[in-house]
Amino acid sequence: MTTGAIIMMILGLGITWGGAAICIRKAMRS
Amino acid sequence: MKREQWGSRAGFILAAVGSAIGLGNIWRFPYMAYENGGGAFFIPYLFAMLTAGIPFMIMEFGMGHKYKGSAPKTFAKLNQKYEWLGWFQVLIAAVIAVYYVAVIGWAISYFNMSFTQSWGQDTNAYFFKEYLQLGENSPSKLGSIQWHIAIPMLVAWGVTFAAIFGGVKSGIERATKIMMPLLFIMVIALIARMVFLPGALDGLNYLFQPDFSKITDPKVWSAAYGQIFFTLSVGFAIMLAYSSYLPEKSDVNNNAVMTVLINCGFSILAGILIFSILGNMAQEQGKPLTEVVSAGVGLAFVTIPAAINLLPAPYILGPVFFLALVVAGLSSHISILEAVTSAFIDKLNWSRKKAATVVCGTGLVVSMAFATNGGLLLLDLVDYFINNIALLTSCIIELLIMAWLVKLADIRQHVNAISDFTIGKWFEVCLRFISPAFLVVILGTNVVNTLTDGYGGYAQSDLLVLGWGLVAAMLAVGIIINKSSKEA
Repeated sequence: MTTGAIIMMILGLGITWGGAAICIRKAMRS
Repeated sequence: MKREQWGSRAGFILAAVGSAIGLGNIWRFPYMAYENGGGAFFIPYLFAMLTAGIPFMIMEFGMGHKYKGSAPKTFAKLNQKYEWLGWFQVLIAAVIAVYYVAVIGWAISYFNMSFTQSWGQDTNAYFFKEYLQLGENSPSKLGSIQWHIAIPMLVAWGVTFAAIFGGVKSGIERATKIMMPLLFIMVIALIARMVFLPGALDGLNYLFQPDFSKITDPKVWSAAYGQIFFTLSVGFAIMLAYSSYLPEKSDVNNNAVMTVLINCGFSILAGILIFSILGNMAQEQGKPLTEVVSAGVGLAFVTIPAAINLLPAPYILGPVFFLALVVAGLSSHISILEAVTSAFIDKLNWSRKKAATVVCGTGLVVSMAFATNGGLLLLDLVDYFINNIALLTSCIIELLIMAWLVKLADIRQHVNAISDFTIGKWFEVCLRFISPAFLVVILGTNVVNTLTDGYGGYAQSDLLVLGWGLVAAMLAVGIIINKSSKEA
């Protein structure tokens, strides 16, 4: 895979699953 | 009668995510991304998610929670004269329910076949000629019922009926608490195996390699917004019904953001899975990936079976893939039927058991039209008009009513009062200007293209009756019910 492809994959997965993880952690704390 | 409630917050999230994650995440998103700039597509896609997906989801969750009703009841509570939009949305859900189940039925059949790959080497001929027995039919000349298609559809109806009949907590929530973890485990397990196959990383490169020149193309932005509206189950009564079962104290904002993010994240995972399989297939057949890539029904029932033939241990990976497809479809089908059932419960004061029996029974009978020789053609035509005309029209009118005719600020105030984090003015800006602007452009383009070029080579009479006629009839039924409610 090219560097560009790897960066875009990490960006896509990071924003969606990273965001979801933050939301889930916030929900569990409350 | 006291309104039913979800048993837990996790139960609601899983049900909402299960509704949003459907066949489209697996067979539509990967191709859309590949076609529209690869990795660069994620920029307009994530922008659309933030400016349309999340605000729309917060609005629908807020409406459902505030007005505690199915779509018609919610719109009637806003103003009696808007009830028709709720019925229009319920009818969209009802129509989708009767053809969506056919695809789940095909997936159940292919799940059975995948243990021995009994579809053979020519998967294209097998699917269209032997399995569907398409022949010389058309959307208006359907042929006879094919029982090898109808029986798996009955199985799908059985699962959906059991969930709806059981109620929100004991039926839907229980089903999605099994289905969604199972779906995620299966997809992650498949990815873990597929990415190590020869050629898989080349496939991923095709999917993620960014072509930034596409970012300036308005069509790519329209595709991104279109994908967001199609994928989230908004605008056709589902999320209103689901959120109406939330308890008084519910963190609506976080729930909505979480649902959207998990759905979009799943789409990207599905893209990794599909393009790993396609990359391996291209390598095994010595073809460029551009020759094997496809979307929709062709991807799931022609390309993937051919790819499964080439996999190591196809008797394991094949069944897991088709079971994932079945589970993704069923969790969405349950939510679509619940949107219809809840409207009947609210309107006619029926018990859940009676409403579920009538709605699922009627749906089963009507869905047999899609188990015929020409069922695929009818499905293709109806799906096109429902998704590209009716659903987008419904979303625009909902936004027009919510953002311009009633005070959207009330919804913002309501959700902020009960949520852990608050949303700002941007919420209203997105729903008043950005989302409607894209929706109008996409719908306008679809209407003009369909009027000038037709669709799929179908006869004008079929388009007129089964396409435009169907949408017009749905609008008319909504308006008639609204009028009779006013007079009653």
